[in-house]
Amino acid sequence: MLEALEQASDLPQLQALSERLRDYFQVDHLVYHWVSGTGTQYGCGTYSPVWVQLYIERDYLRTDPVVAGCFQRFHPVDWKMLDWSGKAAKAFQAEALAHGVGNQGFSVPIRGPSGQFALFTVSHHCDDATWASKIEAARRELILVGHYFNQKALEFEPDRAPEAARALSPREVDAMTFLAMGYSRAQVANTLSISEHTLRVYIESARFKLGAANTTHAVARALQHGLIIV
Amino acid sequence: MIRFLYADSLSTQSRLAGAMFQDRAKQFSERLGWEVSVSADGEERDPYDALNPLYVIWQRPDGLHGGSMRFLPTTGRCMTHEHFQHLSDGAPVQSPFVWECTRFCLSASASPRTAARLMLAGATLMEGQGLTHFLGVFDAPMERIYRQIGASPEVLGSAGQGRSKTSLGLWSYSPRAKARLLKKAQLSEALMHHWYRRAFGAKAAPKSNAA
Repeated sequence: MLEALEQASDLPQLQALSERLRDYFQVDHLVYHWVSGTGTQYGCGTYSPVWVQLYIERDYLRTDPVVAGCFQRFHPVDWKMLDWSGKAAKAFQAEALAHGVGNQGFSVPIRGPSGQFALFTVSHHCDDATWASKIEAARRELILVGHYFNQKALEFEPDRAPEAARALSPREVDAMTFLAMGYSRAQVANTLSISEHTLRVYIESARFKLGAANTTHAVARALQHGLIIV
Repeated sequence: MIRFLYADSLSTQSRLAGAMFQDRAKQFSERLGWEVSVSADGEERDPYDALNPLYVIWQRPDGLHGGSMRFLPTTGRCMTHEHFQHLSDGAPVQSPFVWECTRFCLSASASPRTAARLMLAGATLMEGQGLTHFLGVFDAPMERIYRQIGASPEVLGSAGQGRSKTSLGLWSYSPRAKARLLKKAQLSEALMHHWYRRAFGAKAAPKSNAA
């Protein structure tokens, strides 16, 4: 699944993937939503087209407690933590429920370079306890997938210089090179005189910059881009 | 108590916030002699305070600032990437699971206990948010404080000598380090979790042990 995400090269592909990921996470909906400071928005996901249309027409961006509660923040939020008490928020919630959004939600705010902002959301219809355990189990993966979506969306931006984001530090190059040479993590850590715990940061950072689904893919991509030589 | 506050909620805490920015001026401008910008009313701020960072603040019983630190995600704009590239081999660490921690500040009245409480709050934040590390820049005097409370970072790079030595490091908390911090902080883990829940709600600590 994440491998397919890695290969995506346009928004329609992300759209198709959001549907597969919704099934993978076993939630009613999964949505990636890009919001610029000036209110420009786009995205992809599984909400019904009617709801998306209504959201845009009624300018719900200004009402949606999820946007208000996540914008300018960077920790993932369970929708229950947000303020739904206002009159406009209540009306919005009723409308969202009527369009099948679900009574539960979890949103990951994402900060990209130069003030870029996006939201990655899963929503569902179930009781609180079921939702809490579902989110707890998937939390890390959801954060990862959300950032993938954002990196892809950034890649699709016409003005963006893609190579700039790929600069690996010498330590990251070292780590990737030794992994490519077949060293185990323990061996790489020993060779670089760092703890395995710290090595994890270099590998994770390299993986993130390369937009790769896992370490193996990160190594393959680093080789492919000529960032490491074995 | 420990407060977890984003910059946009500081406006409702103006006394606390004012004291924090003034203590930052005292620490970074007066005591350490850094070239930071201090306003006419004695407050130190930098452009990263405008990016709506998350502050973790020790609020004294009198309501004022005892100590604080500032967090930003390493996937967005942050200080280490823009000003301390030379300490990270020119290419910074970027990960959704690593947040940058800067402006670790203690008021003149703070004790090692205050520092330990802040570090413990950091541990609670890391656990609660499923983070693996904090990334931060610190100087020689701070390095001593971290060592005293048993929470030394792993140094990635350093520049300068003696008191003016600046380093970039990664923090994480082993269970042993956390136990030490709890002892030095002289408060219970349950209380820290209570303060964390006040800010972030729900359960404090979904354990993250995936690689």
